[in-house]
Amino acid sequence: MTDAALTVNPAEPKPRVGQSPMRRAWLILSRDKAAIGAFVVLMVIVLACLAAPLYAKYVAKSDPFRSNLSGSIEIDGKAEKIMQASTTGLGLGVTPIGPTWHGQYMLGADNQGRDVAARLLYGGRNSLLISSAATLICLVLAATIGISAGFFGGWVDMVLSRILEVLWAFPVYLLAISLSIVLLSQTIVLGPIEISSGSLALPIVIIGIIFVPYIARPVRGRVLSLRESEFVLAARGLGIPRWRILIKDILPNVTTTLIVYIPIMMALNIVTESALSFLSIGVQPPEASWGTIIQDGQGLLYTRPMVALAPGIAIVLTVLALNVLGDSVRDALDPRTKMR
Amino acid sequence: MIFFATPGSDPAARIAGRNAAQETVQAIRKDFGFDKPLPVQYAIMMKKLFVTRDLTSFVNRGLEVVPQVMRAAPITLSLVFGAAVLWVFGSIAVGVLAAMYRDTVIDKGLMILALIGVSMPVFWLGELMNLVSQSRFHDTWLFSWVPGLGYKPFFDGPWMWFKTLVIPWFTLAALYIGIYGRVLRANLVEAYQEDYVRTARAKGLSPGRVMLRHALRMSMIPFVTMFGLDFGVLVGGAALLTEVVFGLNGVGRLTYQAMLNLDLPMILATVMYASFFVVVTNAIVDIIYVVIDPRVRGH
Repeated sequence: MTDAALTVNPAEPKPRVGQSPMRRAWLILSRDKAAIGAFVVLMVIVLACLAAPLYAKYVAKSDPFRSNLSGSIEIDGKAEKIMQASTTGLGLGVTPIGPTWHGQYMLGADNQGRDVAARLLYGGRNSLLISSAATLICLVLAATIGISAGFFGGWVDMVLSRILEVLWAFPVYLLAISLSIVLLSQTIVLGPIEISSGSLALPIVIIGIIFVPYIARPVRGRVLSLRESEFVLAARGLGIPRWRILIKDILPNVTTTLIVYIPIMMALNIVTESALSFLSIGVQPPEASWGTIIQDGQGLLYTRPMVALAPGIAIVLTVLALNVLGDSVRDALDPRTKMR
Repeated sequence: MIFFATPGSDPAARIAGRNAAQETVQAIRKDFGFDKPLPVQYAIMMKKLFVTRDLTSFVNRGLEVVPQVMRAAPITLSLVFGAAVLWVFGSIAVGVLAAMYRDTVIDKGLMILALIGVSMPVFWLGELMNLVSQSRFHDTWLFSWVPGLGYKPFFDGPWMWFKTLVIPWFTLAALYIGIYGRVLRANLVEAYQEDYVRTARAKGLSPGRVMLRHALRMSMIPFVTMFGLDFGVLVGGAALLTEVVFGLNGVGRLTYQAMLNLDLPMILATVMYASFFVVVTNAIVDIIYVVIDPRVRGH
């Protein structure tokens, strides 16, 4: 052991006695440059996507949900057709306008003559909405299942664990695909709620379900170990009712485990959503998402690569920021697993 | 482990097929025997699949299912095997380098690259690769060797086979190099604080030897577990997106098409095939455990 190992790193906030883990984590996070950077990037992306209608109205000046095959725009005083005569190959057909780097059609048009930049922002709304909502569903389901299985044990645990194992046995993507195909082919009626096949609720629910086992299992494990921990045994010895132990002792300790998963799950969900949309079984037209725009761009890949590149870059940036944030949150909340 | 190893014998995998069929096909096609009880149908189908091997597709009538899977399997196997070789060596290199040069520029750079690899959707990376190698830089010395999209059988010319697959291999491997490299680095860093590594260093072994023979060996155990799961799933059809982007008609695509058409016999065949590989890879992983972890041998 060197002296350096014994001296306290001044940058590290000293954990004081009586400081809650949440507060300590917050302190660590607020000094983590990577976390702050990632958070800023995320906020910029979220705000930009929220401003999509403003962008479409004042900058792009076109409706990103209506095809515009015959229109033209003015660039530097010259009128340019949105769908230009093809210059490659046999010269047949039309190619959408490329990136103009001006307000209108900044990133060019897709094969319907729609503004890609505006669609990108609208698509981002859906991608972010789906990933956040799916994360919420996933965490709530996983917490309920994991806590019930771990806390009640016995046959409850048996049944729930088997269900999780069955879900787990499927490759995630194939499970999502089979669910999407079955669900997208018809309108679902659940009592008063009617979900039409083009609804955003479908990808949300599908993506929310498929990752449940990945979180429910660690939650169950955590609850199992908590149940045998000394403070819970002490509470039971004092005759405190089980539901109170569940709420006062178990739940707060599981919450940290769940929080660690939020950014990671959001990242995973964005990628999953884009994959499903890319296979045209996620978000349905006319709605857009980053995945559907990449799919739109596939046919234009060699002539107008920006249509496919831009949403991909958006996905990479968002997911990267979420992953960086996820690493920082985990390190802050769970000092044992430093940088995994 | 047994439970993950046998999704094929697990009723759930079969139920997926049945449910998918029940929704629409049953109503339309009474002549396929859908009026019989489900277990009977199932038994008939399994008999056709395994015993007489003449199970035919519901959608493309008369098209036999087994040869279809047999034709798709080598494509997926070539894709996944190549990518697996790349990602095992790539991620070991990334993990070991990052752990050896911990907290230096090398470590940070590698970890950022790994994180980018994890963050890229594989189909988008594939399109990017296509754009670069097929279109934009295809005429330069760098990518002029790249053949058009699609699969060329190994026995028609190994060199051509290799050339068509190099870019798909890198595309598929990028994600896994990222994931595995990060996990391996974390495990190595953890292993460096263990007593046995301290002992190894104390007795004067060279840093390289400590890393490779002591720390890495222990860290390979979770690595191998992950590898077994991912490899089995990928061979079983999870490489779908890579197959789609590169025009490889592998098992993933076959499964996907079958699901789109709710083609029950095809789904059944591909699921059976997939579970076969999950079982095989799990068996192989168990053998590898014995090789790298002496503690397992005693039991």
